[in-house]
Amino acid sequence: MSLMQMEDVRAYYRTEAYGISRSVRAVDGVSLELLENEIYGVAGESSCGKTTLIKVISGTVKPPLRVESGRVDFNFGDFEVDMLKISPEDMRQNVRWKEISYVMQGSMSVLNPVRKISRTFEDIVGTHQGIPDKKAFREQMREHVMRLGLPPDVLTLYPHQLSGGMRQRVAIALATVFHPSLIIADEPTTALDVVVQRGVLHMLKDIQAESANTVLLVTHDLAVHANVADRVGIMYAGRIVEEGPTQTIFQAPRHPYTEHLINSLPVIGDKTVKKSLGGAPPNLADPPSGCRFHPRCPLAMDRCRTEMPEMIMLSERHRVACHLVEEGRA
Amino acid sequence: MLTVFRDLFKYDGRFRVAFIFLLLVVIMSILTIVSPYDPKKTFMVPADVAPSLKYPFGTNSRGQDLFWWMTFAVRNSLILGIITAIVSRIIAIFVGMVSGYRGGWPDRFLMSFNDSFVVLPVLPILILLSFLLRGRMNLWALGVVLGLFGWAWDGRLIRSQVLSLKERAFTRTAVYSGTRPLLITMREHLPFVLPVVFATTINNMLWAIGMEVTLSVLGLSDVTLPTIGTAIYWANQHQALVAGVWWWLATPIVVAMVLFLGLYLFFSSVNEFIDPRTRLRRIGA
Amino acid sequence: MSANEKLLDVDHVTVSFHIGSFLAGGQLVAVNDVTFALYADKPEIYSIAGESGSGKTTLANVLLHDLEPTEGKVTFEGRDLSTLKSRRDSMQFMAKVQPVFQNPFETFSPLRRVEEYLVETAMQFGRAKNRRDAAKVADEALHQVGLSLAEVSRRYPHELSGGQIQRVSVARALIPNPRLILADEPVSMVDASLRMAIVNLFKKLRDEQKVSVIYITHDLATAYYISDRIAIMLRGVVVESGPVENVLGNPLHPYTQLLQESVPKPAATEREQWAQHIELGSTEVREYGRLGCKYAGRCPHVMDVCKTKVPPEQEVEGRTIRCFLYNDGAMPETASPVQTGNLETA
Repeated sequence: MSLMQMEDVRAYYRTEAYGISRSVRAVDGVSLELLENEIYGVAGESSCGKTTLIKVISGTVKPPLRVESGRVDFNFGDFEVDMLKISPEDMRQNVRWKEISYVMQGSMSVLNPVRKISRTFEDIVGTHQGIPDKKAFREQMREHVMRLGLPPDVLTLYPHQLSGGMRQRVAIALATVFHPSLIIADEPTTALDVVVQRGVLHMLKDIQAESANTVLLVTHDLAVHANVADRVGIMYAGRIVEEGPTQTIFQAPRHPYTEHLINSLPVIGDKTVKKSLGGAPPNLADPPSGCRFHPRCPLAMDRCRTEMPEMIMLSERHRVACHLVEEGRA
Repeated sequence: MLTVFRDLFKYDGRFRVAFIFLLLVVIMSILTIVSPYDPKKTFMVPADVAPSLKYPFGTNSRGQDLFWWMTFAVRNSLILGIITAIVSRIIAIFVGMVSGYRGGWPDRFLMSFNDSFVVLPVLPILILLSFLLRGRMNLWALGVVLGLFGWAWDGRLIRSQVLSLKERAFTRTAVYSGTRPLLITMREHLPFVLPVVFATTINNMLWAIGMEVTLSVLGLSDVTLPTIGTAIYWANQHQALVAGVWWWLATPIVVAMVLFLGLYLFFSSVNEFIDPRTRLRRIGA
Repeated sequence: MSANEKLLDVDHVTVSFHIGSFLAGGQLVAVNDVTFALYADKPEIYSIAGESGSGKTTLANVLLHDLEPTEGKVTFEGRDLSTLKSRRDSMQFMAKVQPVFQNPFETFSPLRRVEEYLVETAMQFGRAKNRRDAAKVADEALHQVGLSLAEVSRRYPHELSGGQIQRVSVARALIPNPRLILADEPVSMVDASLRMAIVNLFKKLRDEQKVSVIYITHDLATAYYISDRIAIMLRGVVVESGPVENVLGNPLHPYTQLLQESVPKPAATEREQWAQHIELGSTEVREYGRLGCKYAGRCPHVMDVCKTKVPPEQEVEGRTIRCFLYNDGAMPETASPVQTGNLETA
């Protein structure tokens, strides 16, 4: 079952300062489907458009960002909505927290620093459905937090009294209060140490397995995707270049960019020389013609310089945008 | 520089207004050179004539042509603002940057000095000084005195900026590049501090001109010297409003508004322009 | 130069900070009795790895002479760093030891062109008399990192990619012809596709320029890839150190073991081991103040002795380790080498 269907979305940043107008094509023709009960990983380097993609999916598009074209259709079971046309009122009452919630890097910004964790819970639940019975609600929160494997005492603490990892797990607990259909996790473990990262990701996985909802996990760290995601989409310069089941992506990548990324990752126990790609990710205000990867691609052909490759379905769930694959050369 | 000016003029409405206002002020100040009357002399023209073609701002009860008299007033107020700004900026930049970058005992010494100036009540002291020096307090002296009292907050502001800049990695890069401390402050820190300096300069000018108005209205400055403040002082002395000579009071007020608005708009427009963030955006970051 | 001459000698270095107010407060021992040495005739890449709060950056600041150790001393080419006082001394030291910082976009002022820093370094360290010669020196240094002056001249930091700036940063550090480069998380903020270029660059510098590199990182995978030796730090203490193949290939200290197996492998085939659940503390673990082994609170093999005595350094299976598990029965007589603070009661 499909939870979200995203159709050829283009979202550009348009800025103007002292007569110089720029448009940054952060998301440029992305089609994407999120299924129910899966962890979908979005991988990509800095400024490849993954943050913008989240903004479009979560309906938080604000100027200077503008969606130029495309659709983002959600099917929450009991109601359907186009995220690009939803009213702010509808968004606040029916969607945010209840259907889509958000865990971001360093969750200090969602936890109010001068309020105890339990208060933050009350604030959020209060504005969305009201709390008729405070005592029963507190008991409910305790249960919710305990079910997620956190010590219930955290509710009585202030955010700064928690370690980074615990804060992040509290943020996840907060994000799951209403059992949303989609949890967007934006670099949830990027600033954390490996041991803590492991704990936080375990919790995210457990919650997903238990409530069978969808997690959109966005991180630049491919090793995290390898261990957590069910499907992975690789973004490069505002487009998805390859998408497939995690096993397939890591064992048999087809796009030269994916292949390079995976092969260049250092592994403990392996000292063979890893190669680096030349060049740098393109400036999205002025992306290269044709395939956006062609200036860095070791296998680029003439066609890659002029013609933008379309998505090819390699199997039911594995698709890639590369002329080489289309011509059977890679 | 010209292109900066052109860009600002083209894209920023505030700058256009500021430019016109300040141009008026400057033209008035320059016109002092060709003034047919000495502003110190009275009864050169018929008294209490309403604004007309012959006397655009009218004449006052002391028989002075208000237009020509105001040209001197604007010029003097502007000069006062500039003197104060220069004196206080020199102290503020020096104290702020040395204190922030050197730290340690120079910082403690300069900041205790600075704190004393922050807590000093300026107006009572100025009133006292004016009493003591009454008549001898000319424009330059007043400018310098105001400058000596007007640097403390800005010095602190600059110091706090430098303190945070000092912790940034590029300062360490400069240290390991062998750059000497003085050059580090000049090259690495000054570009970030300049917007603050600029913003506070205009603020400081406005403050100085306002201070002079306050002192003059109270009759505590050299009232023979034409300034925006003494214009109001004389109008009050002759009870201009009661006598129906409204233009005597209206003229300095309108001129003061043009000057203040012009400086303020100029400040906010240029300030946004030289803000490092804007600058980064312009060079395409 | 005789064999085994020490390039850098870190001798029982301890750094403690006083935290809190004058009356109520405690000592925070950020670096706790650290000893190691690099040898002049054998350039190598030495990694100092640990999580946040392990004291690795504090140690780096000591090695860069930005911070004086509270106890112990650091000697570089036979000279005690605490005797460096004048600008001349500092310049001589900086000519031999140069840093590379973590965030490429903070390394250079966003309002200045990057080549300015290269030219400045060349002029200040006497590599060039005028700007023209300095530009030549800068160009040579940039060639060593796979760039050229033409590529970076007149560019502001934001006009270059993180990987490029980081290479410029290395080029700048190379200009005074240093013997040692101290790189603090040099690739943690660089994109994956550009990361290996920098990591490989350090290997090249070691092999071709004979420059030693101290690589400070939380990333065990790159540490394994480039380093010759590694030291694992926990709350200021080096718990295990030695050749990287031994320490990370076959970790013996329970903390190193946890750390090593928590690194997610970039392969979808080994998910089970990583997915084994672990215990995490809820509030900031107050491990700095522990009297014995800093890991005793979390260690699955904890013994009574671990809670009271600091494990001494000993050689086990080709590495140095601080752990009572590998103590051959005899109870150690060593008392705590440093006075640890009373954070827990403070």
